Amino acid sequence: MISIKDLHASVDGTEILKGIDLEVKPGEVHAVMGPNGSGKSTLANVLAGRDEYKVTGGSVSYNDKDLLEMAPEDRAREGLFLAFQYPVEIPGVSNANFLKAAVNAIRQHNGEDALDAMDFLTMVKERLQLVEMDQKLLHRSVNEGFSGGEKKRNEIFQMAVLEPTLGILDETDSGLDIDALKIVANGVNKLRSPERSFIIVTHYQRLLDYIVPDFVHVLANGRIVKSGGKELALYLEKNGYDNLMNGNGKA
Amino acid sequence: MKNDKNKNREVCDSYIRDFQGFEAQLNGQSSTPFHKERVKAISTFAELGFPTTRQEKWKYTNIASLIKEKFELASKKQINARDLGPYLFRGLEENRLVFVNGFFSTELSTFSVPAGVVIKDLNAAHDSHSELIEKHLAKHLKIAEQPFAALNTAFAQNGAFIYVPRNVVVEKPLHILYISDPDGKPFHNHPRNLIILEQSSQMSLIESHHGAKDDVYFNNFVTEVVVERNASLDHIKIQDESKGAYHFSATQAKVARDARFKSTGVDLGGSISRNDINIEFTGENAEARLLGFYYATGTQLMDNHTFIDHAVPHCDSNELFKGFLDDKSHGVFNGAVLVRPDAQKTNAFQQNQAILISKDATIDAKPELEIFADDVLCSHGATIGEIQDEHLFYLRSRGIGEEMAKAMLHIAFANDIFERIKIEAVREKLENEIITRFGEKS
Repeated sequence: MISIKDLHASVDGTEILKGIDLEVKPGEVHAVMGPNGSGKSTLANVLAGRDEYKVTGGSVSYNDKDLLEMAPEDRAREGLFLAFQYPVEIPGVSNANFLKAAVNAIRQHNGEDALDAMDFLTMVKERLQLVEMDQKLLHRSVNEGFSGGEKKRNEIFQMAVLEPTLGILDETDSGLDIDALKIVANGVNKLRSPERSFIIVTHYQRLLDYIVPDFVHVLANGRIVKSGGKELALYLEKNGYDNLMNGNGKA
Repeated sequence: MKNDKNKNREVCDSYIRDFQGFEAQLNGQSSTPFHKERVKAISTFAELGFPTTRQEKWKYTNIASLIKEKFELASKKQINARDLGPYLFRGLEENRLVFVNGFFSTELSTFSVPAGVVIKDLNAAHDSHSELIEKHLAKHLKIAEQPFAALNTAFAQNGAFIYVPRNVVVEKPLHILYISDPDGKPFHNHPRNLIILEQSSQMSLIESHHGAKDDVYFNNFVTEVVVERNASLDHIKIQDESKGAYHFSATQAKVARDARFKSTGVDLGGSISRNDINIEFTGENAEARLLGFYYATGTQLMDNHTFIDHAVPHCDSNELFKGFLDDKSHGVFNGAVLVRPDAQKTNAFQQNQAILISKDATIDAKPELEIFADDVLCSHGATIGEIQDEHLFYLRSRGIGEEMAKAMLHIAFANDIFERIKIEAVREKLENEIITRFGEKS
């Protein structure tokens, strides 16, 4: 699915990622945890193709293609999806128009016909239920006036509509109350399949009670310092990141 | 400097000579009372000459290229119904008046209106509605300091004449098409519209202007609007002239007690375009809403000048202009508001927002508020911005191509204007038009 090798990246001249190696196979769910400033969000944004993040070394192969060579829209068309940590509000662009343009751009890329208005609406209504969102939201501007929880749910809703093969969740759980967290987790779980993989970037172990990962990686100071199974998340919850980074976590 | 002056003089003289020729072919019409206005107007124009950037109202709008160009009086041209296709709005039932090179086309014009409503070309109205003409034509717009309006009045012959009697609501919008095809012979042309809405009447008017490619011609419009008590006029003007055209347009609207006038201007074409919109409130509780959208590329110059005369209390004016300026284009917005001493409880809002797509594009925006009453709410603002990278990235990260994403964000920026266009077919066509143009650019 995706193979990240010795990835280095910097923002405004400061190196944030200092050699990341990560391999994700179809159907796997990988959690990337770490303290603030460890480079978690940078990793997510680099994979999505954000301009401000400059890749200074290493490679990322995605379905045997060079991901780093692709424009952001091409990554999305090839099945990569980033659920943003801070989804932006875009006044004047309705959710419906936005999603329709996205769906049809991806369909066109896959050699499929564009969905007509009726088929699109039927599909979208069905996916809305997945994250328990109101249909009225379709006619509102993208994220405009949404609460934090609504914005995050909207990200998962978009993911459900676009059906990516790799979903990257960038701190989707941060700032969510338990009810919203359950809705988001439930949405993701329903999207899990043998063909679809996830990279779940999170600060808190709590999310992983609801989305159970196959692997957990700890990112610190721009490198993955430890990898393990889901029990690693529990260990971190109990002992904190400091303990691990001080070298006491070697097990 | 001196040479410029001589050139200006010389060119003015050529228009004055054209006027003599025009007068000679008027036959019967030269005996109408209006003809006296024409004669007065040409001498006003002769005194004023074309404006220069030394004049405050033309400070940012250099029309030297217009003065350099040689124009002759427009001549008649036939086009087919089929040629109108690209200018029509899909699925919209409309009344239609068509002018080609300023000449009225009876064959292409179609309308069916409620009893008493008059839609015809001004030329014909001189005979059939001489009383209304005498009462209103050239009675509202002051030409003393407006050389283009003076020139228009001198040459005014064709144009739309619209009269809606008391209490009549015209359901179907009226679409007035002005199509210019100079056939390689640059012309000057001065259409004149007169629109009269009597008490409690209502109508929607779509004026659209079309030309092709880089054709050079000079269109100089004047529209006088009289909105009587409690009447309502929704006026949309789409300027899509050729890239070589000069488009000048002055609208003078008198808005009476409880009446509403809404003007939506969309500028896309023309080498130089200048809109003057003047509103005069003549009774309390009247409302004027002026919306404007412009998209300039290349070296296009687009200028909007507005003047709102709050002469009486309790009136509302609301102006919102938004535009995109690309390449080396130049935008001008000048919004003058006068609140006279008696005009208490006035609300006057004005906003101009431009997005500079290229670093070589420029905008000159100037509010001019003169307020002589103390119990009023007035505000103005001007912003210059650009498309936000994070918005663009968000759309692209969902698979939407860069061009499409930009077009969507541009439309979103213009949405404040477009969402206020009540006729859906018009809104859709305009949105598609903008998306197409952005696509062609990138």
